Amino acid sequence: MGIYMKKTLAIAALASVALTGAAHARDQIRIVGSSTVFPFATAVAEEFGKTTSFKTPVIESTGSGGGLKLFCAGVGEQNPDITNASRRIKKSEVETCAKNGVEAITEVKIGYDGIVLANSKDAPLFELTKEQIFLALAKTVPSKDGKELIDNPYKNWKEIDPTLPDEKIEVLGPPPTSGTRDAFTELVLEEACNEFPAIAALKDSDKAMHKAACAGVREDGAYIEAGENDNLIVQKLEANPIALGIFGFSFLDQNGDKLHGSKIGGVAPTFEAISDGSYPVSRSLYFYVKNAHVGTIPGMEEYVAQFTADKAWGEEGYLADRGLIPMDTAEREQVREAAKNLTPLSM
Amino acid sequence: MTDMASLMEDRAAANADASDQRKPVDWDSADMSRSIKKRYAAERRFKTYGLTAIMLALAALVLLGYSIISKGYSAFVQTYVQIELTFDPAVIDPDGTRDPAVLGRANYDGLIKDALRARFPDVTSRSEKRKLYGIISSGASYDLREQVLDKPSLIGQTRKLWLISGDDFDMLNKGYISADTQEASRRLDDDEIGWFQTLQSANAIEKRFHTRFFTNGDSREPELAGIWGAAVGSFYTLIVTLLLSFPIGVAAAIYLEEFAPKNRLTQIIEVNINNLAAVPSIVFGLLGLELYLNVMHLPRSAPVVGGLTLALMTLPTIIIASRAAIKAVPPSIRQAALGLGASPVQTVSHHVLPLAMPGILTGTIIGMAQALGETAPLLMIGMVAFIVDIPGSAMDAATVLPVQIYLWADSPERAFVEKTSAAIMVLLAFLILMNGLAVFLRKKFERKW
Repeated sequence: MGIYMKKTLAIAALASVALTGAAHARDQIRIVGSSTVFPFATAVAEEFGKTTSFKTPVIESTGSGGGLKLFCAGVGEQNPDITNASRRIKKSEVETCAKNGVEAITEVKIGYDGIVLANSKDAPLFELTKEQIFLALAKTVPSKDGKELIDNPYKNWKEIDPTLPDEKIEVLGPPPTSGTRDAFTELVLEEACNEFPAIAALKDSDKAMHKAACAGVREDGAYIEAGENDNLIVQKLEANPIALGIFGFSFLDQNGDKLHGSKIGGVAPTFEAISDGSYPVSRSLYFYVKNAHVGTIPGMEEYVAQFTADKAWGEEGYLADRGLIPMDTAEREQVREAAKNLTPLSM
Repeated sequence: MTDMASLMEDRAAANADASDQRKPVDWDSADMSRSIKKRYAAERRFKTYGLTAIMLALAALVLLGYSIISKGYSAFVQTYVQIELTFDPAVIDPDGTRDPAVLGRANYDGLIKDALRARFPDVTSRSEKRKLYGIISSGASYDLREQVLDKPSLIGQTRKLWLISGDDFDMLNKGYISADTQEASRRLDDDEIGWFQTLQSANAIEKRFHTRFFTNGDSREPELAGIWGAAVGSFYTLIVTLLLSFPIGVAAAIYLEEFAPKNRLTQIIEVNINNLAAVPSIVFGLLGLELYLNVMHLPRSAPVVGGLTLALMTLPTIIIASRAAIKAVPPSIRQAALGLGASPVQTVSHHVLPLAMPGILTGTIIGMAQALGETAPLLMIGMVAFIVDIPGSAMDAATVLPVQIYLWADSPERAFVEKTSAAIMVLLAFLILMNGLAVFLRKKFERKW
């Protein structure tokens, strides 16, 4: 039994080490949040760790919503200092933050990300409109006479519009938990749905029904939830030329020899088109800084400065190489100034 | 005994009756040979089912191995480019002090860029130059810095150096980017491929063993990313798991097998241990989040928390395996020890436990191997994170091998595909090693009674 006493003591010692360890001050920035911003934030963090005397920040990929939840849990070193988001913070989240003592938050917009609908180069290039995408993917669509809503009957792209290829509708995309899916729903489906009188009419009469009709994605197998992993979607598209996939622009950028991005509203998803806003499906990316931690956690201001330097987020910066679409010079200047002064967000 | 004897007599009598009434079996009759044929056919079918099952499993294994190895083997080599580089004293050490602080701060990146421009003097436009700089990885400047700090006499010299190439160039050299596709749809344009061919014909491109993959932490540059940070994280996590779950698990098993009274309460405990073994691992992650992070305020992402959480998950496995091993020790051993005057504690610690140890160790190692491959509970406690620095203790932020695989599989850069497969190979190697150790220990300490 002697051995076991010793082991018990060892565990007790370990536990006490663990507890005292937690007590000493954190000297490393902790960042949580969106998986879309993750590749960009990690690139900045690595550069920051290499070029300054501070430790490399630890970045968790928790998703935008999950990140903001952790971020808003309170002030203090057990909470993260910065959260990345692929959408703007919601009013309700600002309120939660304030309730937990996180009062001053600096919003830093870092650039844009395009969402593409791409397919294999072996298959014809699609030229779609938002309405056509809606008709292909929505759960309920207006009937042919446009009077009522019916379950989506379209099986083939040709049935939607005779100019589209004669192919089965098969779209691989992210699940509802994903920020990419949120953005896709908002930027494509919810915009397109109001173009149909039958759905637009619901807006006044039945708000819940209107929302369901706009955001509902079909569940009969034509839309396949392919998980959060965009690389997986890319691989599946290579194997299956009929299918289209929905994912972030940076994955199309890396796989341009295998895939081509469908034109939406007549505009192809290129770096330039997303940058000047002519490609219609793009969203802004952000990160949020907890002002109360600046000065307590070393390196916060320097990290923000590193991120907002032209070397990183500029037109020729290393983030652009990774697929981030930069803002124009004037907007960058404005955001950089606000970030430097830690101007708190007001909503 | 009398019961038994009478039963035997009855059966013999019954047999005698039957043989009186029935004709002897004609083994050569058509009926019988058909029946025998059927039985043999059934037996063959049964064997075939078993063989097919094994073949299917083997085919799946071979396919898995093939797909991982064929994708991943190239990650163990890395493309290097030879360029002529001048260690310009004006850049490295303008005042000639040879002060290491000055040498460490110098712009080595600039030296590499100068060397590349000198190699391809036709390149003038800004965007062309940016592409040119992509030939050499951004990590090469750190190599140069170390070389200079190591040997300051290099300053002022011009040397032909092999420098690590960027990921796109590496992909081109390994044949993952084809020069035959259209220029617009390639990661590299015609100019870059032209530079590559120029360098190649000058024998200035070479593949070398990729040591960095085994010594570096994570990186966003595929050519600089390594597995060591995650391996160290896995090591610390497993140590904590082992220190905690092995003694507690074995103690619980000994108590339940040797000392616990057999009553309703111990039955409930037993059933619940078996239930716990079947609980999905993410549930333990949630428990770890609540208990260790929210109540005990341990740091996020630390291997100590990962270890504590995985210990919860491994405990039932160890308890069940240990109980089975202790149960398998023959009662005669205990009776002999007690008969010779050993106390119950001595009996257990001197006799039962050593004899049960091979089984306990096997169970523990299998539990550990399970913990090594686990990601789901670690998601909850923040170990799914980008961490560059190699952890120095169980309190530093760290990630583990399977999480590293997951993170690389999710990265857009093409070069991470081979890294992912290579990391899987490393993880599989560790698992095979651990299972091999379990087999070895069992064979070495096995006792036959």
